[in-house]
Amino acid sequence: MFETVTYEVRGNTAWLTLNRPEKLNAFNAQLNKDVQKAVKEASKDPNIRVIVLTGAGRAFCSGQDLEGVDEQTDLGDVLRTLYNPMVLEIEKCEKPTIAAVNGVAAGAGMSLALACDFRIASEKASFLQAFIHVGLIPDAGNLYFLPRLVGHAKALELAVLGEKIPAEEALRLGLVTRLASADHFLEETAAFAERLASMPTKAIGLIKRNLKASWHENLEEFLERDAQGQRIAGQTEDHREGVEAFLSKRKPVFRGE
Amino acid sequence: MSNYEFIETRAEGGIGFIELNRPKVLNALNRGMISEILAAMEDYDRSEEVQVIMLSGKGRCFAAGADIDEMANADSISIEMLNQFTDWDRLAWIKKPIIGAIHGFALGGAFELALCCDLLIAAEDAEFGFPEVNLGIMPGAGGTVRLTKLAGKTKAMEWLFTGKRIKAAEALHYGIINKAVSKELLLEEAVRFAKKIAAQPPLSIRFIKESVLKAIDSSIYEGMQYERKNFSMLFSSQDQKEGMRAFIEKRKPDFSGR
Repeated sequence: MFETVTYEVRGNTAWLTLNRPEKLNAFNAQLNKDVQKAVKEASKDPNIRVIVLTGAGRAFCSGQDLEGVDEQTDLGDVLRTLYNPMVLEIEKCEKPTIAAVNGVAAGAGMSLALACDFRIASEKASFLQAFIHVGLIPDAGNLYFLPRLVGHAKALELAVLGEKIPAEEALRLGLVTRLASADHFLEETAAFAERLASMPTKAIGLIKRNLKASWHENLEEFLERDAQGQRIAGQTEDHREGVEAFLSKRKPVFRGE
Repeated sequence: MSNYEFIETRAEGGIGFIELNRPKVLNALNRGMISEILAAMEDYDRSEEVQVIMLSGKGRCFAAGADIDEMANADSISIEMLNQFTDWDRLAWIKKPIIGAIHGFALGGAFELALCCDLLIAAEDAEFGFPEVNLGIMPGAGGTVRLTKLAGKTKAMEWLFTGKRIKAAEALHYGIINKAVSKELLLEEAVRFAKKIAAQPPLSIRFIKESVLKAIDSSIYEGMQYERKNFSMLFSSQDQKEGMRAFIEKRKPDFSGR
């Protein structure tokens, strides 16, 4: 379906695997476009309730492929035409997104992981703000998401010093949701994805929407957003199911409706 | 109500609903649809049951724009002789408040139709825009006029020159819309808003609308004179007597619209 991304549906989860292992899944234009299209596809498919992004081979994603980039390249335009639409597609997605960070996530690869809602990291994974080492700044939303995850001071430190962040440290910083063993990485990620896939999908979407809005709305506006969000959630089949299951003391079966 | 081909109408709870109903072509506005919208609005304007008119689109969006097929082969003379925009002019003479509930796209002619509304409630994912420039034409039903009056010359020219889409949040920022609400609740929220206005004394609403529209187009002096006449006129109404009596007696007024 896509040239550089494999797209698999397992149950209610869409698995998007960056598939340029020989290049450590470095971004070329095609990969940018394929990730964007694959996320859009999964967003639209009513059967899909969770999206996992991971990398084939050793790396998650090593960032921009420096082949095809030279002094003539307008980096601003590369971002405007390739990275920004990709990041906005992920941001727009109301379904939970998981970056399954199987190996190194460097440069724009780290940015991609930051754009997701959850990061499950292999013990062997690491993050690297590589940009500063070539005199550039973290891009593709990196500096937008990072301070929201780890705070301003830590974000600045990571971006400026550009030191490798091993998985353990990433966990301590709150950069990743949880660690998974390297040997059972896919199984553990799949278990987490399945757990999310069996939750009330609309409510998750509304939580995402409202949390994002909380960064730029005042309390009064936000409280109105609360009211609207709860009104929407209150009309879902999953809410009805949740209440009914609670009253009859059984486990709810949420269908994402 | 009447049998319309391109729209659906129903009056309920003081609100006269008009829904654009060509969802298969994203409610592309043709001349017939505009005539029907006008006819429905003029009906509602005379109806005792309706206090507020609500305009929205069925299907995926409010409307993607004008029906290009209808115009593709036109020449200046045929367009002039057709004088198709007179229906649009008459939309501006509707006396009752018109609320537009906008979701998805309101582009080109559809943006102009939205700008004919007095108040706009938009879904958070709504997008407005004038892409006419990309077709080698320009807005012809008030776009360059109403957008400029609303948002000022600077942004109006930018949007009209580039054809760039204006997202709901930006439209809110520039005062083009009244609120942006959750997309799932657009109609519910628009109705909640409309009901508040429908519950107000209708003559006050009527004369306020008239005065505000007058103010847009006239000098301060002229606008003030106009406002004063409308203000004086309301003192012949039963609702003025009832409103002030209720205020003094510390009870809720019961307005009759007379």
